[in-house]
Amino acid sequence: MNRELYDKLIFEYSKPGRQGFSLPRRDCKDVLGSIPAGLRRSNAVNLPEVDEPTVVRHYTNQSTNNFGVDTGFYPLGSCTMKYNPKINEALAADSTIAALHPTQPADTVQGALELYWRLQKALCTIGGMAEFTLNPFAGAHGELTGLMVIRAYHASRDDRGRQVVIVPDSAHGTNPASAAVAGLQVRQVKSMPDGTVDLNDLRDKLDDSVAAVMLTNPNTIGMFERNIPQIAEMVHAAGALLYYDGANLNPLLGVARPGDMGFDVMHINLHKTFSTPHGGGGPGAGPVGVREGLEQFLPNPRVVLDAEGNFRTECTDSALGRVSGWLGNYTVLVKALAYILTLGKEHIKMVGPLATLNANYIMHSLRDLYLLPVEGPCKHEFVFDGLIDKSQGITTLNVAKRLLDYGFHAPTIYFPLLFHESLMIEPTETESLETLDRFIEVMRSIALEAKESPDMLKNAPFNTPVRHPDDTEAALHPKVTYDEL
Amino acid sequence: MRYLPHTPHDISLMLERCGASSLDDLYSDVDPQLRFSGDYDLPEAMSETELRRFFKGLSGKNQPMTCFAGAGFYDHYTPAAVDSILSRSEFLTAYTPYQPEISQGTLQYIFEYQTMMARLTGMEVSNASMYDGATATAEAMLMAVSNARRKRRVLIAATVNPAVAAVVNTYAHWQGIAVEVIPEHNGVAMKEQLEAMMEAGDVAGVIVQTPNYYGILEDYGGWSDICHRHKALLIMNSPASALGVIRTPGEWGADIACGDAQSLGMPLNFGGPYLGYICTGKSLIRKMPGRIVGATTDEAGKRVFVLTLQAREQHIRREKATSNICSNQGLMALHTAVYLSLMGPEGLRRVNELGADGLRRLAEGLESTGVMTLQYPGQPVLNEALFKVADGYSPQMILDTCKAKGILAGVPVGEDGLLVAVTEKQSPEDIELYISTVKALKR
Repeated sequence: MNRELYDKLIFEYSKPGRQGFSLPRRDCKDVLGSIPAGLRRSNAVNLPEVDEPTVVRHYTNQSTNNFGVDTGFYPLGSCTMKYNPKINEALAADSTIAALHPTQPADTVQGALELYWRLQKALCTIGGMAEFTLNPFAGAHGELTGLMVIRAYHASRDDRGRQVVIVPDSAHGTNPASAAVAGLQVRQVKSMPDGTVDLNDLRDKLDDSVAAVMLTNPNTIGMFERNIPQIAEMVHAAGALLYYDGANLNPLLGVARPGDMGFDVMHINLHKTFSTPHGGGGPGAGPVGVREGLEQFLPNPRVVLDAEGNFRTECTDSALGRVSGWLGNYTVLVKALAYILTLGKEHIKMVGPLATLNANYIMHSLRDLYLLPVEGPCKHEFVFDGLIDKSQGITTLNVAKRLLDYGFHAPTIYFPLLFHESLMIEPTETESLETLDRFIEVMRSIALEAKESPDMLKNAPFNTPVRHPDDTEAALHPKVTYDEL
Repeated sequence: MRYLPHTPHDISLMLERCGASSLDDLYSDVDPQLRFSGDYDLPEAMSETELRRFFKGLSGKNQPMTCFAGAGFYDHYTPAAVDSILSRSEFLTAYTPYQPEISQGTLQYIFEYQTMMARLTGMEVSNASMYDGATATAEAMLMAVSNARRKRRVLIAATVNPAVAAVVNTYAHWQGIAVEVIPEHNGVAMKEQLEAMMEAGDVAGVIVQTPNYYGILEDYGGWSDICHRHKALLIMNSPASALGVIRTPGEWGADIACGDAQSLGMPLNFGGPYLGYICTGKSLIRKMPGRIVGATTDEAGKRVFVLTLQAREQHIRREKATSNICSNQGLMALHTAVYLSLMGPEGLRRVNELGADGLRRLAEGLESTGVMTLQYPGQPVLNEALFKVADGYSPQMILDTCKAKGILAGVPVGEDGLLVAVTEKQSPEDIELYISTVKALKR
């Protein structure tokens, strides 16, 4: 980028009279003038006035300040930053889909409904569930929807005293937050030293006020919950339901299904496990699956196949209500189905084992230098508790920032909260041995730098477009629009 | 498999490093009883050619039409430059900008988006986006309830889009918030009723919409005073494009502006992805849900952007967070920023003018048939209006007849209503065809 010319905000290119739009010419006879003055804006909206080439160059240059999966290795734990296939984008950009209005009569959108229905069925077989809704817009939205399903279930049995959700202390932050939005209280269950659920503590905390227990399996440190059948039994004996947070589903593809483990309700992050791009923070999709007997509580509208072989949408009174305007982030669903059909029944089974292999390979290659708090084998991800040698005061943040200099995205840091210096690494199955080897080499040389030049390391990064942004100032005196600069 | 780089040799080398003899060994901690040993009920892998054929087959079962349907979601044109920028994989394949040093692209467009949305709504601040207009409105309600602490009533105008009201009701139901409807008269929410309902007390927020579900520009003169007198927040939902020309939520004295930004040139895409926006005053910024980007400086004194005020968010505050939202609609915020940059103030005005002109032509033509007449004549509308279908005809009859001509005539409302929208995309010829098709129904 020519920074002198192009490192600006779009507002700084604006000049009165410049235009970047293309619209039909028609004599509109001052139609807007017929709106009473009191109902009109008093001033024209202060948007930039910019020509098209400038807009394109501006955003193209800005994109070069970014790092994506297509740029390089992105081992951000719990986010499953796998390759986003190009064919999926091509199929989702279909002009027929782009033109479909969400209220169109069912007989004019049979293909769109069939696609939704096929993805529902595919997720059912993968999750071991009876039915899915694809309406939730993201993982956290799926959690909220799933908890509402659970509340609707208890309400249908007139079991109204259940106001508590149990989550492990290692849970993703969205779990307790979703519980709160669903109007439930949060009770935390302890983890064992190996990160799995403490069964004694769980037993103590289960009673008839508990609506659900939320777990992710493998858990957030990448360990499989071995005791899951026992946990399911305990939860069900207490009259509660077991919720599966699908953020960590990737290592189970081809290996195990949440439905077979005793989970009653689950969500899947299509933007993680099913390769739809993360888009800088959405749009994602968080479909919710349920076991047999809970289908009627799924949100409106639902897509069903009727006896005549036609697809249609259906709204029922037993449903928990509506959580979205329509049928979710539809083009995200198109991409996920394309991915599943590309892998097919044979290759999808390779996803979990290879994701797990990649994670274990990194773990075993670095554990002599980085502190592994829990012995493996891990699944798709694992957590180091910082460097083993902490004598020079090098933190996980220093390691993360130094990785940026070497052209890698940083892992997830300071999560889970079980360890002080959490460094959570998830490579995914789409990374090659060569990439992993280079990452390992870099992580090892950072460990060496920690010994030999700790002061340098504490100042990293050096090669990034910006260095050491002042977060404190940003939060102390928030400036969130151009007008505040 | 082309997405999996592992050769058999790689796999054995890697297993050796792990001290495992097979991939199965890596799952030795999974009880064999729990292992999935069967086959997924899925087809066999498809090549790209087969995949394209398969999806083309599905597309062939859809019938795209000339779209006069709206109900909050409009068939606007997407400039080619928008799609081009959105396909930049540095934007598309990045995630939440947790590492500002290598995410300035995302952070900067969100900052631009926040600025544009604040200016469009006439509010001080915006967050980085919500899922859609319905969930944005539901979260605005939760903001109001959290702001009012113990108050548990929320009022919603009868003229709010029913799909939005349905989502608001869902969120409210499970939180034990009572949602009560402010009745309408002649297509607009009744201010007298508002006053009466406020008198009963305990109201945390009031939700209204303009242009409302029937396309009518409501007059909210005095509403914010009534709300504020009772310490309730006024929440105003608007389809974003209209804000280019109508009196803004800020000008009406609203506390929260929210809604769907789909009308800013986002393809209809059978319901999504769209974008929910939420804007408010600076005093409420710490109650806002979702991501917020702020400006600061780096070590060299250069202006840079970071995620800020994160102490509101789920990954820090867990159950005490302002919301559970994590992933939002980042890429659609980029869409919005690029679209509004291209349109500018004049483009956005012209889009509204072309839609309003199209609607005027259509309404005049339809009125002349006698088959469809304006339900609320005299009410100011923008781009959309509710028509009453005359006795002896039905909305379904209109929809079916128009469908045969490739026209989606609108969205049926009640027994005899048809909600019809026009944008810059429908040509005078499209409008003529709609009118002549309806005219031909006349007996």
